[in-house]
Amino acid sequence: MSTTPFRLALAGLSFGLALTANALTAQAAGDRVIPPQQSWSFSGPVGKFDRAQLQRGFKVVKEVCASCHAMSLIPMRTLSQPGGPEFTPGQVTALAATYQIKDGPNDQGEMFDRPGRPADRFPSPFPNEQAARAANGGAYPPDLSVLAKARTYERGFPQFIIDIFSQYQEQGPDYIAALLAGYKEPPQGFPPLLPGQNYNTYMPGHLIAMPQPLQDGQVEYPKGPDGKSPVPETVAQYGKDVAAFMVWMAEPHLEARKRIGMQVMLFLIFFGGLLYYTKKKVWSRMPDGSTAH
Amino acid sequence: MSGHSTYVPKTGFERWLDARLPIVRLMHDSAVSYPVPRNLNYLWTFGGILVFMLVAQIVTGVILAMHYTPHATMAFNSVEHIMRDVNFGWLLRYLHSNGASMFFVAVYVHIFRGLYYGSYKAPREVLWILGVVIFLLMMATAFMGYVLPWGQMSFWGATVITNLFSALPVVGETIVTFLWGGYSVDNPTLNRFFSLHYLLPFMIFGVVILHIWALHVVGQNNPTGVEVKNVQKDTVPFTPYATIKDIFGMVCFIFVFAYFVFYQPNFMGHADNYIPANPAVTPTHIVPEWYFLPFYAILRAIPDKLGGVLAMFAAIAVLAFLPWLDTSKVKSMRYRPVARVLFWAFLVVCIVLGYLGAMPAEEPFVTYSRIFTALYFGYFISLVLVGIFEKPAKLPNSIADSVLANTKGGSGASLAAATASEPNAKG
Amino acid sequence: MAHATETTQTTRRDFLMLATGAAGAVGLGAVVVPLVSQLAPDAQTIAAGAPMDVDLGPIAEGQAIKLFWRGKLIFVRHRTKKEIDEARAVNVATLPDPQTDQARVKEGHEQFLIVYGNCTHLGCVPLGNSPGDPKGDYDGWFCPCHGSHYDSSGRIRKGPAPLNLPIPPYAFNADTKIRIG
Repeated sequence: MSTTPFRLALAGLSFGLALTANALTAQAAGDRVIPPQQSWSFSGPVGKFDRAQLQRGFKVVKEVCASCHAMSLIPMRTLSQPGGPEFTPGQVTALAATYQIKDGPNDQGEMFDRPGRPADRFPSPFPNEQAARAANGGAYPPDLSVLAKARTYERGFPQFIIDIFSQYQEQGPDYIAALLAGYKEPPQGFPPLLPGQNYNTYMPGHLIAMPQPLQDGQVEYPKGPDGKSPVPETVAQYGKDVAAFMVWMAEPHLEARKRIGMQVMLFLIFFGGLLYYTKKKVWSRMPDGSTAH
Repeated sequence: MSGHSTYVPKTGFERWLDARLPIVRLMHDSAVSYPVPRNLNYLWTFGGILVFMLVAQIVTGVILAMHYTPHATMAFNSVEHIMRDVNFGWLLRYLHSNGASMFFVAVYVHIFRGLYYGSYKAPREVLWILGVVIFLLMMATAFMGYVLPWGQMSFWGATVITNLFSALPVVGETIVTFLWGGYSVDNPTLNRFFSLHYLLPFMIFGVVILHIWALHVVGQNNPTGVEVKNVQKDTVPFTPYATIKDIFGMVCFIFVFAYFVFYQPNFMGHADNYIPANPAVTPTHIVPEWYFLPFYAILRAIPDKLGGVLAMFAAIAVLAFLPWLDTSKVKSMRYRPVARVLFWAFLVVCIVLGYLGAMPAEEPFVTYSRIFTALYFGYFISLVLVGIFEKPAKLPNSIADSVLANTKGGSGASLAAATASEPNAKG
Repeated sequence: MAHATETTQTTRRDFLMLATGAAGAVGLGAVVVPLVSQLAPDAQTIAAGAPMDVDLGPIAEGQAIKLFWRGKLIFVRHRTKKEIDEARAVNVATLPDPQTDQARVKEGHEQFLIVYGNCTHLGCVPLGNSPGDPKGDYDGWFCPCHGSHYDSSGRIRKGPAPLNLPIPPYAFNADTKIRIG
């Protein structure tokens, strides 16, 4: 009809945007460092996990992280399910047997330890939160099961709108990978660290209770045919592999979701096209026989 | 509009049933022969889309309830059990959580369509008020549903929203204790929220039936706001015309819905809700789901506890009074040059309020929130005045006239002239 | 000519309608898949059916125990010589669900009868495990719900139940140790 209202709406919107830009500058002054974006094999509409990366990530988690962090929601059997690290069922059974699982009560009414089975969840390193805090100087190492989805940072306007279309949603792993490699000496002028405090570039507020968990060369990766690991055994690489594994833990059906999603979207386009032409056909003829549309 | 029925039972069984329970007649009259203004645009497909969303939410919700455990120590893990172990559990859960957001997308389009085309005006006041009731029930349902995963945002959202009632004088504290079933948000709260979250959708369903009943008594509004004068010329039968158009609109909507479910399933949620509820730690930045943000901004704009709560509820309640606040006789803002500008400004105000609701409660946002809260209510007040002095544009004589004028790309073509110049219809 | 045009028009319209309807039906069908398959046992339930080791050593002759595997009740009965002989003396052809006792136990471990513990009629738990229980007319189990009698081999002998108590999958991996599943 008339373009005036739209022009006015645009004017209003640009006022809103100006306000937002204002807000963003205010926010950027905060003590949060935005983690750099990594390239992940599982991002985008056809993303898939890199099996080797998940297997490496699991190795680091098992050998390093799991000594303090629980993964209490993850059944070990899922390590061999499709769309994950895809260890063989035999490997998983052998792995499960290395854990002692509390079971019972038995006929004498006592709890007992037995070797783990694939159906068991990963046993937690501490029996409860209090014990975990007591052993870690009062800090609670969070459960890793869904942590990759529980960590994020504000994207701000207009980036969060663009993210809808670019499908960027890897704030969690980007942050985790950056955090694990983000330990350094506090800069000049930073208040002196108290015992149990560590400086990390990417931790909001920079103070983190977890001491630097990884060192270069700490975890040995599987060797390629040339006798060397195909990826560097460095903190940066460990961090990325751990983050990828944590994404799988948080979203074990990611591959199925994206695969089915593609089928659904293609079907909807096809069906929508048919409906469009059917609708046009129906409306091409009014009940009184006229062709008013 | 709900004149005499055109249903003719064909078989013996249909005649037998029609004499005893005329349900086929009811379906025929309301979904087949029901006359629909011929000039409806795609904004009118959102009614059907909303019915679809309600049914989809009920179906996925009933299924999720088969696998979910409403207990403070097990709720979070049972949701993760659904996400991991239940066959297609991740799909059903993402459909339900994103479905809530899409439901609100659709209802906001539906409401703003009603605002623009004056669908709240006589004789549709009751229809409109029933819609406001549905909106309130939807908000209650969505809020309680968000509590069920028992994450950090669930817990603290429940704490903050239930505490709104403590602002009421004298009875406030008692009401809050009764809402909680204890002295803080805890397992009894979760259990009753689960029970009510299961109940409310069926109440919505009931009010939707009343809403559609009222609609079929007064008939649909249309982009011109001119009522149907000649059923033959101004309307088309619901089936196939409206049916096929509604289904097409629905599939386009489902496309957007599916995009979020499959590719951005956590976009509209909050990351903190993947942290199990912890009564000892409040998330640093607590915000409600996006669809509550404008109202949340209004709540925070008022520096007084009771005042904020009253302003927030008033922001919704004012909608119910709109039929009497808007004094103009002209329905559609197509023909209201001043009100139309106000409408678009109001839309922008709502979006900015939504943005402000997501920002921390500090300057400059607090000041902006106050300005935009005033503007929000200002829209309703200004409609009272605008109706008195505004000079509306010339309305078309009838729906059919308006359609023909559009088709011919000219203005003022009368129906008679247009029909005469129309080439013979095919066949 | 006009007539021909209309026919083509109609055909095209009909084909379009048909294709749209068919696509819609396919879509609806696809939606039903997740809605129905979520009713099936979930991954956790399936995985919980992992094989289970049981030591039969503590069960004295004439005693029976109950245990659960995959959430299903299982009876393990250490039969007496008399009970074994009774079970083997019967003419198999006369039974409602003909099966020899030899086919229902493992060779060399005839004293141990291992059966699912729900009546094949409507699923009640038959009596006969505890010393004071009625054991029915055939020294086995008696289901109090609708009066089915099972013999000392767990075979149905009298009453409304149609089938013998089924045998769960198991194997002996030592003299008195079995693995169920």
